[in-house]
Amino acid sequence: MFMARYTFTGGIHPNDGKALSKDKPIRDYLPQGDLVYPCSQHIGAPAKPVVAKGDHVLRGQMIAEAGGFVSASMFSSVSGTVKAIEPRRVVTGDLIQSIIIENDNEYKEVEYSDPVPLEDMTKQEIIDCVRNAGVVGMGGAGFPTHVKLSPKDPDKIDYCIVNGAECEPYLTSDYRRMLEEPEKVVSGLKCMLALFDNARGIIAIEDNKKDCISLIKSIVKDDPRIFVKALKTKYPQGAERQMIYATTGRAINSSMLPADAGCIVDNVDTVVAIHNAVINRQPLMERIVTVTGDAIADPCNFRVHIGTNYHELIDAAGGFKEDPVKIISGGPMMGFGIFELDLPTTKTASALLCLTRDDVTAFKSSACINCGRCVEVCPGRVMPKVLAECAEHYDNERFVELGGMECCECGCCSFVCPSKRPLTQSIKSMRKIELAEQKKRAAMAAASGEEKK
Amino acid sequence: MSDLRLKVSSNPHVRSSVTTSQIMAAVVIALLPAAGFGIYNFGIWALIHILICVATTVLTELLYELMLKKPITIGDMSAVVTGLLLALNLPASAPWWIGIIGGVFAILIVKMLFGGIGQNFMNPALGARCFLILSFTRIMTDFPDIGDGLSGATPLGQIKAGLPVNIMNMIIGRTSGTIGETSMIAIVIGACFLILLGVIDLRIPGSYIVSFVLFIIIFSGHGFDGAYISAQLAGGGLMLGAFFMATDYTTRPITKIGQYLFGIFLGIMTGIFRIFGPSAEGVSYAIILGNLIVPLIEKITYPKAFGRGGERI
Ligand code: SF4
Ligand code: SF4
Repeated sequence: MFMARYTFTGGIHPNDGKALSKDKPIRDYLPQGDLVYPCSQHIGAPAKPVVAKGDHVLRGQMIAEAGGFVSASMFSSVSGTVKAIEPRRVVTGDLIQSIIIENDNEYKEVEYSDPVPLEDMTKQEIIDCVRNAGVVGMGGAGFPTHVKLSPKDPDKIDYCIVNGAECEPYLTSDYRRMLEEPEKVVSGLKCMLALFDNARGIIAIEDNKKDCISLIKSIVKDDPRIFVKALKTKYPQGAERQMIYATTGRAINSSMLPADAGCIVDNVDTVVAIHNAVINRQPLMERIVTVTGDAIADPCNFRVHIGTNYHELIDAAGGFKEDPVKIISGGPMMGFGIFELDLPTTKTASALLCLTRDDVTAFKSSACINCGRCVEVCPGRVMPKVLAECAEHYDNERFVELGGMECCECGCCSFVCPSKRPLTQSIKSMRKIELAEQKKRAAMAAASGEEKK
Repeated sequence: MSDLRLKVSSNPHVRSSVTTSQIMAAVVIALLPAAGFGIYNFGIWALIHILICVATTVLTELLYELMLKKPITIGDMSAVVTGLLLALNLPASAPWWIGIIGGVFAILIVKMLFGGIGQNFMNPALGARCFLILSFTRIMTDFPDIGDGLSGATPLGQIKAGLPVNIMNMIIGRTSGTIGETSMIAIVIGACFLILLGVIDLRIPGSYIVSFVLFIIIFSGHGFDGAYISAQLAGGGLMLGAFFMATDYTTRPITKIGQYLFGIFLGIMTGIFRIFGPSAEGVSYAIILGNLIVPLIEKITYPKAFGRGGERI
């Protein structure tokens, strides 16, 4: 049991590619062209625009308000004029209602309310700050952070975990952030700890980032509530459930929330956003994006204004030195393959990865040889080979019975399969279908329940 | 930049470089020491059998797929593995056509008719061997004299008859038997290569060998007799079976616990066949029986998902 600490069973060691951008300090990038803010860049209800075409906005001004409790507001990251409110394409390929702002390049900012020391704030005030700043999980999920910070029973939270694993290959944004602004990470965690009286703070970092570990250790050494934990370097160490298991030994399944196991997990960028929201009273307007890959002339880590067009980021990184065959928004294991660059940077976009080779189409998939590699690496401890078979036969029932819903879509199974079978893809589509069906069943049950009344 | 031709696919966007054909090629390489020793031990006929078997299995697969207009899969090298394994399980003194019958049976009946690679429930090479033993018993159980004055008696046969054996010769492989089974050293060298490459692991061979040893200690009547145990380990098809046939991906359980159970089952069955059976050998039948109960083993050892009680495997 103790041996199992600091890591999890399964997982893989893909080529990490981090050397390309690891030593590049964060560079500020100021957007040149129009900025695009899709109203739905988080989980939950879309935000509702509160500006109209032709309005002049300042940097930091709210342009769309949260559409409910599980939703997040949006703020302009530049000053300028609202040019249009119309559907625009996002990384998933969907058309999403978006606010387009013409940048006047003056960066005139709104006046933020005066900071109040953390000690003098009530818990509700802290949560309100986070909520009013539009903070969402910036690791990729985009779950509104204030919802995460408001569990049913705050006293039952034992751990606030900062996820600094950055286990996805190629990504170095969290690494640079922890190296260059460690105080902000620690301060953000302190804001979280102020909400949970019984909680301890854990900053969990993979042991390939030794410099971050010692740096942050030296900063928190006098804080009795905060601990740094070095995790084994392995993908997907940063997946929420694997992270919680590695740091606390608690195992949760797909139908539980981290809070059910007494944990709140947020990634590095999110924790810094919490710091900015609570301490500086500033809304979420920027994030760190790694622009990298073997097709990029000068791989970089940029501090990007949310809404910046991907074209601009590629140009800022020196453009392409070779034609890319595949461009991924996010990391290579869980990111989205995109087919054009005319897309905006959203709150959840951690990287822009441009590769000159596409492994997926380079290999032909062949029959499964039952080698067991997928079973060996699956962190969900299910049998990808069998689940993919169920998915191919649309056998929902067996799929669910065999634990299909416990898959976290990490991609390890497809990665290792020597027959190059698209296991993750099959399982992912089946999960989508099943989730939709569960929703339908729940809705029908609710409707029939009402009829009975 | 609008002329970018980008490929889009579902995640993950990277793949490991290991492919099916590489794995099969590694198995072929790992079998070469045993094959080489067989040629040294039994002479040119061993080589002829190997070539005939491999040619037959590859051609059978190719012709079958050509005739049925299916995608050609011989590039995955699995037919080569089957052919080589089959040859290593033949006596060098067998007539030349035996490999052709065995090879066609292995590929056509055991593998392709069940849907090709990954679908067969029985190891093709072993299935063919058992078929040949049943149909051509005399040919398949008549082993050549290798010039040690024992006129083709296998060490296991001698043990069964209560005669003394030379254990050193058994470990090196200077004994009679099928082409590839005699040299424990050559087989273990190949197995180590596969283990280092991560193609196989010790779960099945380890539990197989350990449970077999325990079984003979308890039931053979020889008790804890080091010489007897080493002779049983080095003799017959145990090493070749444990490392190269019981570990066959398609016909062993895919679950970890299932693999241990499978190994233990094989150990016990081999012990029963060797000690209580009429013949001195038992590995092939044990593995085939084991293959048949794989679905059952997998069913009862299906893992529990993470967070549902299965996180500590
Ligand atoms: S089945 Fe799901 S959780 Fe398991 S390896 Fe595949 S993608 Fe990851
Ligand atoms: S990794 Fe691929 S070939 Fe191996 S068992 Fe899984 S699906 Fe089959």
